[in-house]
Amino acid sequence: MRKVKDRVFIALLGTSVLLILAILVVLIANIAYHGARQVTWEFITQPPRDGLMAGGIFPAIVGTAALVILMSVVAVPLGVATAIYLHEYTPAEGLTLAWRRFKASKGRPGRGRLLARAASALLATVTRSAVANLAGVPSIVFGLFGLGFFIQFIGRNIDRVTQPPGEVLWGQGSLLWAACTLALLTLPTVIVATEEALRTVPQDLREASLALGATQWETIRRVVLPGSLSGILTGAILGISRGAGEVAPILFTGAAYYLPYLPTDVTDQFMHLGYHVLILSTQSPDVEATKPLLYGTVFVLLALTFLLNIAGVLIRTRTRSRGSR
Amino acid sequence: MTTTNPAIEVRDFNFFYGDNKVLHDIALDIPQKQVTAFIGPSGCGKSTFLRSINRMNDIIPGARVEGRISLGGQDLYAPGVDVVSLRRRVGMVFQKSNPFPKSIYENVAYGLRIAGESDKRVLDSTIERSLQRAALWDEVKDRLNASALALSGGQQQRLCIARALAVDPEVLLMDEPASALDPIATQKIEELVYELKNNYTIVIVTHNMQQAARVSQRTAFFMLGKLVEFDDTRTIFMTPKEKLTEDYITGRFG
Amino acid sequence: MSRPRHVRNALMTGVFSLAGWVAIVFIFLIFLFTFKETTVVLNVEHMKAFFLANPPVWQPTSDIPKLSLIPIILGTLKATVVGLLFACPVGVAAALFSSEFAPPRLREVIKPTIELLAGIPSVVMGFFALIVLATWLQDTFGFVYRLNAVNAGLALGFALVPIVYTISEDGLAAVPRAHREASYALGATRFQTAWKVVLPAAAPAVFASFVLAFGRAVGETMILLMAGGNAAITSFSLLDPLRTLSATIAAEMGEVVVGSEHYAALFFMGALLFVITFISNTVGQMVIRRMSRRMQGAAS
Repeated sequence: MRKVKDRVFIALLGTSVLLILAILVVLIANIAYHGARQVTWEFITQPPRDGLMAGGIFPAIVGTAALVILMSVVAVPLGVATAIYLHEYTPAEGLTLAWRRFKASKGRPGRGRLLARAASALLATVTRSAVANLAGVPSIVFGLFGLGFFIQFIGRNIDRVTQPPGEVLWGQGSLLWAACTLALLTLPTVIVATEEALRTVPQDLREASLALGATQWETIRRVVLPGSLSGILTGAILGISRGAGEVAPILFTGAAYYLPYLPTDVTDQFMHLGYHVLILSTQSPDVEATKPLLYGTVFVLLALTFLLNIAGVLIRTRTRSRGSR
Repeated sequence: MTTTNPAIEVRDFNFFYGDNKVLHDIALDIPQKQVTAFIGPSGCGKSTFLRSINRMNDIIPGARVEGRISLGGQDLYAPGVDVVSLRRRVGMVFQKSNPFPKSIYENVAYGLRIAGESDKRVLDSTIERSLQRAALWDEVKDRLNASALALSGGQQQRLCIARALAVDPEVLLMDEPASALDPIATQKIEELVYELKNNYTIVIVTHNMQQAARVSQRTAFFMLGKLVEFDDTRTIFMTPKEKLTEDYITGRFG
Repeated sequence: MSRPRHVRNALMTGVFSLAGWVAIVFIFLIFLFTFKETTVVLNVEHMKAFFLANPPVWQPTSDIPKLSLIPIILGTLKATVVGLLFACPVGVAAALFSSEFAPPRLREVIKPTIELLAGIPSVVMGFFALIVLATWLQDTFGFVYRLNAVNAGLALGFALVPIVYTISEDGLAAVPRAHREASYALGATRFQTAWKVVLPAAAPAVFASFVLAFGRAVGETMILLMAGGNAAITSFSLLDPLRTLSATIAAEMGEVVVGSEHYAALFFMGALLFVITFISNTVGQMVIRRMSRRMQGAAS
């Protein structure tokens, strides 16, 4: 009897998995079915016409690509550098231990060094906490920050210095500021993934390099980074795929729903796949007529995101199998 | 005991981990172009002392030294000493072999490349000479571009030796280099060490007394962080002056 | 050693140390600049209008602006509650099943499936809720309004499941084998062990997953903007359309005058969101950190 009850409960738990699977299948199938048929050569290479009711989404694809590339250029080096700082330049023993060591060294020489270590450990803890908090900031707040800081503060001030009075070039929505805003949003993902990758490099390789007379930077450049490259790449791709799908941060930092030209400069505004979906969904005068276009756009966006995700996962599994030798 | 023109002079050397004094008043001279062995029960500080010679203990938090270690008359712990250059003059081979996940060629070339050497002819000849000196050349000369991780444990350790030799050190420190290897590989390493002394000053830490007896000309016996006795290997093993030494050699404790 | 090598090393040390400050600086800047734009409304008079206005109506563009945040906060709460009501049980059940009962090969399938779900952009989820889910719900349950809290909350729940699943599953996997073995040795079945021993042992992780899901729910914009019905009304019914804090910012910021009262009110909502998610994330992180420390402590 107990065995039967057991089986029933386990089956109940299993239905949750089935439910999740069902949701995923329905969503993907629905979008694939209605959306795939929209993806013709014309769809991908032509701009929209008839007030967004027909035509293609070429400018949105270009805008999304430009945005994502610019975002990566900002986020990846910065994120990798931060992770390297956290893992290679701060004490490994953590704040409590470093502080305890300092307190125990009362009256002995070398105290200064231990204090410096404890301070560095404190900075590392605060930085990690800041990264975790950055990861939790709502995407719309990033958008507000992009507006209030990058555009109103930095952009306007650049204009004050470089532009004739009244002219606004940097103090408005553009690829640059939208990319910076998105880069902030993806920064935690890159940092965490990079730190994980750095952790997989065994400590004795670093010691071997130092014992051969290499400096710390040379050790990082020649041993640590090459050894963690695939993990870093995975993190970068995952961060990029997240950034490609975010719409809230770019609402007021540069996205536009119709532009007669393609963006050619970082100060240009841009069209964007996700933003296009939002506008077509909520502000189209004739929902039924735009549905095909909408489905097509959603399909392209989803396909793009999934491709990036799969690429990241593939790289991760390939390195894991190679590493376990 | 003093030596004429020693490679390394140690005077009044003390080592601390935080409050913990781990090495007490060590004084000895390590002779040039000979093999000096450090022996003693585990935890006696011989590895710590070895690592102090190339200042690898610097990376450990709370490590502190007093006293003097001189290489060629220069105090290695004087302020302003370039630790990075020091580590080129004093090389190290670790207990567990740690080749980089690169090719055999690139492993040996590493030290040269960071010094700025990029001339292929210089690299090729130095690498060949180092691998020959490490008794590995014949086994790998046809596959220099293969991954170093594909070699056996003993071959990897000889590769690490070749890698250390490539930068032409004056002194080679070896921290229990054969302890992770099988007897045949161990024998190869011991023969190698004996050969290497012709060109390099070698200091080897070993927990294997027979190995120390086979391989070294001078032996230092450590216990509880103190240097108990330092003499010709023959003397230490046949007619030790200290009772503690005799007790250790005869296996009364270990 | 050559001077250039030394110089390069010192330079790169400086570069990396500078990078270490980036996260701290920007969190601080986000805090600063979000609050900076709210100064217009940071006074007692506006606070009363936000929270104590009667009747609670949000109509910032009418002749006499009505700035009650109550309907919007209520909307956020309704959507969050529905989302968590769906995601928490489903996520924990899936995590429990995956960790305790699924054969390894099935586990290899479940994890990527969850990751796939997590990878769906929220604008796509919002689209799905707007076009497909709403229709299905209305056809099945006969709702009056097509877009309502149930619709938006459910879609939100779909997006929250991966968060609950991932963190709960980590916590369940970290429970030492010894606990399970002791339970089996006492004659308990697999389910009893999972339910009465493993799950309680992983309670901190499960709790942390709820807290982090809450933070994510409160801050979610696209799903609720597209599928919530866009009506800032004060209603406790889950069948009425709603507006959330984040959706309001997204919908109205485009047409607002910089520096105006409306502008500052929207930034105030943003600041509110920032503070709420900051607190919930800090709590969640603290619980996770304490949990991992306890696990390491137990291991030593």
